Amino acid sequence: MRLTAVDLHCHRGGRDVFSGVGFAVGPGEALIVTGRNGAGKSSLLRTVAGLVRLTRGRFELEGGDPELSIAEQAHYLGHQDALKPALSVGENLAFWAGFFGAPNPDLVQALDAVGLAALIRLPAAYLSAGQRRRLSIARLIAVKRPLWLLDEPTSTLDVSAQDRLAGLMQAHLAEGGLILAATHGPVGLANAKELRLEHAPASPAREAEGAQA
Amino acid sequence: MNALAAILVRDMRIAIRVGGGALMGVLFFLVVVTLTPFAIGPDLALLKRIGPAILWLAALLASLLALDRLFTSDHDDGSLDLILMGRAPLELVVAVKGLAHWLTTGLPLVIAAPLIGLFLNLDAPAEGALVLTLLVGTPALNFLGLIGAAIAVTLRRGGLLVAVIVLPLTVPVLIFGVAAANAAVIGPVPFGTPFTILCALTLMSLVVGPFAAAAALRQEME
Repeated sequence: MRLTAVDLHCHRGGRDVFSGVGFAVGPGEALIVTGRNGAGKSSLLRTVAGLVRLTRGRFELEGGDPELSIAEQAHYLGHQDALKPALSVGENLAFWAGFFGAPNPDLVQALDAVGLAALIRLPAAYLSAGQRRRLSIARLIAVKRPLWLLDEPTSTLDVSAQDRLAGLMQAHLAEGGLILAATHGPVGLANAKELRLEHAPASPAREAEGAQA
Repeated sequence: MNALAAILVRDMRIAIRVGGGALMGVLFFLVVVTLTPFAIGPDLALLKRIGPAILWLAALLASLLALDRLFTSDHDDGSLDLILMGRAPLELVVAVKGLAHWLTTGLPLVIAAPLIGLFLNLDAPAEGALVLTLLVGTPALNFLGLIGAAIAVTLRRGGLLVAVIVLPLTVPVLIFGVAAANAAVIGPVPFGTPFTILCALTLMSLVVGPFAAAAALRQEME
């Protein structure tokens, strides 16, 4: 499948978060979104995930399942880990695998891929920040979806876990998957394209307001 | 349907574990009803007359207890984002969350009601009628509560707001729930008349609640 974004504009909370953004990602390709804090990296990923509405612009999807929306074919790894502290590691993963309708999810194998298989019965409340992040990464392994939207995927991960994540991302790309990642540092993908978000220019009227304030 | 079963199982598991709040409602219900005879005094005839109203009021307040965390916890930990990206329609997900909430907070009230009714000098036919009205009426309280819980989803301390939004909506349910229970205890209206209206109110709330709550959630997540 191929995802193309044309002339995206997003206006939220009285300001332009980004405008005139476009990109194209094909099978086996990764796009790294960079930019300063507040440049709109997270908002861009959330618009692809259908969680934030675009003011203008459109996404075009070639290939993929025509019955499903982009969001329904995407995994979103946000700042929050979407884990319930009262449930065990295995129960948390089993819930998301069940909710996303994975036919026969191999939970142990998915947990093994992120190095958490030994903790399958431990309540998620006892996990460290890095372990929580790895558990939410296991969701991407347990349920196959072609498009990965990763928001700062390496934050809180130690060096060996970052290497492991890089390996998982390369395996996903090798299977023809797509990755959009917002990040500040290197994520370990050699030939990824880069999209740099500059801060959206404020409209003249708003600049005048700012000058008066 | 797999996705909905997953939600049902997860929500019920969380509710019955430590800090889940499933037992809080029943305990609160028990405390309110137990305190009533102490406040009113040992006037058996009076207790019998106001018993159904006390039980219904206590059930109404108990159903509000865990309501404000229903969507807020999913919003705060990012689960709601992922739920919105799922293939299951949000209305059905909300309805299933409401069902899980009723099974863990509403149904225990119905089961505890006959025992607690003894404290208020209710006899067997009155208890039967009361349990029947609670069985039919508590789902309406929970599903109307979904609306308030969804509207307050982004608020940190939304508990009071949820109560203020939900309580006016539940007034008709309260009126016909108590009227049906009283009809069985004192008469003169036949039990069936208010009870049928209570059933209709519940059926309405089963439809209106999930749709309104899902619309509110979509609006809040923008």
